[in-house]
Amino acid sequence: MITERGGMSADPSTANGLALELRDVVKEYPGGVQALRRVSVDIETGDRVAVVGPSGSGKTTMLTILGTLERPTSGSVQVAGRDVVKASDSDLAGLRAFEIGFVFQGFHLQDSMTALDNVANGMLYTGAPLRDRREAAKVALDRVALGHRTTHRPQQLSGGEKQRVAIARAIAKNPPIILADEPTGNLDSKSGESVLELLHQLASEGATLTLITHDEHIAETFPRRIQMRDGEIVGDERK
Amino acid sequence: MSVAALRRPGGLPHPRKSGRDVARLPPHELLGVALQGLRTRKLRAALSALGIAIGIGAMVAVVGVSASSQANLLATIDKLGTNLLTVTPGTTFFGANEVLPNTAVPMIKAMHNVQTVSAVYSVPNANVFRTQFVPAEETGGIGVDAADPQLVKAMNSSVASGHFLDAASENEPEVVLGAAAAQDLQITSATGHVQLFVGGTWFTVIGILNSMTLDTTLDDNVFIGLPVAERLFQVQNSPSEIYVRANVNDVKSVSNLLAATADPQNADGVDVSQPSNILEARAAAKGQFTTLLLGLGAVALLVGAIGIANIMVISVLERRGEIGLRRALGATRRHISTQFLAESALLAVLGGIAGLGFGAIATLVYSVAQNEPWVVPLYALILAPAAGFVIGAVAGLYPAAKAARLSPTEALRAT
Repeated sequence: MITERGGMSADPSTANGLALELRDVVKEYPGGVQALRRVSVDIETGDRVAVVGPSGSGKTTMLTILGTLERPTSGSVQVAGRDVVKASDSDLAGLRAFEIGFVFQGFHLQDSMTALDNVANGMLYTGAPLRDRREAAKVALDRVALGHRTTHRPQQLSGGEKQRVAIARAIAKNPPIILADEPTGNLDSKSGESVLELLHQLASEGATLTLITHDEHIAETFPRRIQMRDGEIVGDERK
Repeated sequence: MSVAALRRPGGLPHPRKSGRDVARLPPHELLGVALQGLRTRKLRAALSALGIAIGIGAMVAVVGVSASSQANLLATIDKLGTNLLTVTPGTTFFGANEVLPNTAVPMIKAMHNVQTVSAVYSVPNANVFRTQFVPAEETGGIGVDAADPQLVKAMNSSVASGHFLDAASENEPEVVLGAAAAQDLQITSATGHVQLFVGGTWFTVIGILNSMTLDTTLDDNVFIGLPVAERLFQVQNSPSEIYVRANVNDVKSVSNLLAATADPQNADGVDVSQPSNILEARAAAKGQFTTLLLGLGAVALLVGAIGIANIMVISVLERRGEIGLRRALGATRRHISTQFLAESALLAVLGGIAGLGFGAIATLVYSVAQNEPWVVPLYALILAPAAGFVIGAVAGLYPAAKAARLSPTEALRAT
């Protein structure tokens, strides 16, 4: 379902029900490689979307553009009601600090820190004091069922637990948007399943979840699936 | 439904400025991040800080050692007093030696603002031997001076053993040894009946002097009374050097009048000097020497700085994943570059502080060995960490810019 676009207001409280919106987005890398070719997609607030496609289909590029880590070569991008193309570097950083939680395939935890501090570190750039961040981190670790692992370091955790810590880091600040890049790619099927279940559960509490995967089985679990191939959207279906 | 309304309660309080979320990294958090970065790579941090520590340590040691020996020299000068003036016969236009008139000493003694006057008279052709069997050519370079009993007081020196010439011994064949002369003659004590063969006559050693710092050339001499010298060696009553202690506040005016007072008919033929000036000049010259060594320290620092820059570049490459993650978590490019700058500066500041410690210890060892006061200049306490900060910041510029330029997506793909 594609919703009509609302105004261009920068204040998300007056925005319409779209969390993410791409309009005619082209992303070209140096050397002339077109990773995205005029992609348009709307993702509603609270939606759970799987972007599925083989490697090289442009799904990761789409995620980095949705996550404001990169700007499109052309086209318009709205994230949480804000125009990404016009925004400054620090505006985008603010957007990522407050509105977007990332989950990566490679976890990206810092080995020298405890699970609690890894999660608390996820809110570093919000400017919140350490005590508040640790409190929120504790709550988040409880939500991913790792409340008993707060003082463990990443090397003392299993792969599934590491990804749960990474998820806790993404959700601790209660972002309205969660972007996940092959979050189960490095996990065995059993812990992969439980991580996926966790993501669904957290998203159902209100956040917008966009997950990219090459695995059709994972995509099956999502109410909305966007198929990509060669930088284009070739399918968009809903259960 | 609006995006903001979806936030569940219990999350972070959102600091909003004019309706926008602003990514922030307060200074204390920056410091924490930088410290964390160094703590995770302790050995590497220690080794690269060591380069800076050695450079700064070398510079602090150079400055400290020179300050210590300067302080020592100045303390000596202070102790000896800066009010000593010397009067010596000059040379004529044609290079011949002038002669001070025999009225010079009484005239100077009559001056205002003069405390003590003492004169020495060179005794030519008189050599000093332990026994009469020593071959005549082996003089040992020891000179003989006739001196008046005021000499030790005027020089602010003291006797190491025995006593100096006095009104009674002036007339007797008795001799007092300068510090270096006593060492050459291997005489360590004036007790017992030590005799020296001076100019063909046996003299009894009645005293040994401590070094006369204000005019160390006197240390090589032995001193006999003027009446004895006149009687035995036909010494003319014409001083070879007059030592004058002026009132501390009148040194300048006394100095100006001395030449004309010593020889009213030929004031140009009289040289007047202030030995403490020469020592002060020497102290200053010691300071000059340190610039060269400081230059060497600066080279060490440069090498240390390059080491830090090198380590930071490697660090940026290794930590691409972390950089990407931080960007994803809301760090701006500026946050990333400040983080690496802060790490680099912190590293070098720690190196600077360690170097200050090394330098201070080196100076302490030196000053204890040399029996000098331990001085580390105050400015070094501030400059050492400050220099570290500047070096670290400069060395970190390139790696920091490199880190900030990294594309976050590429960085995230790195691991």
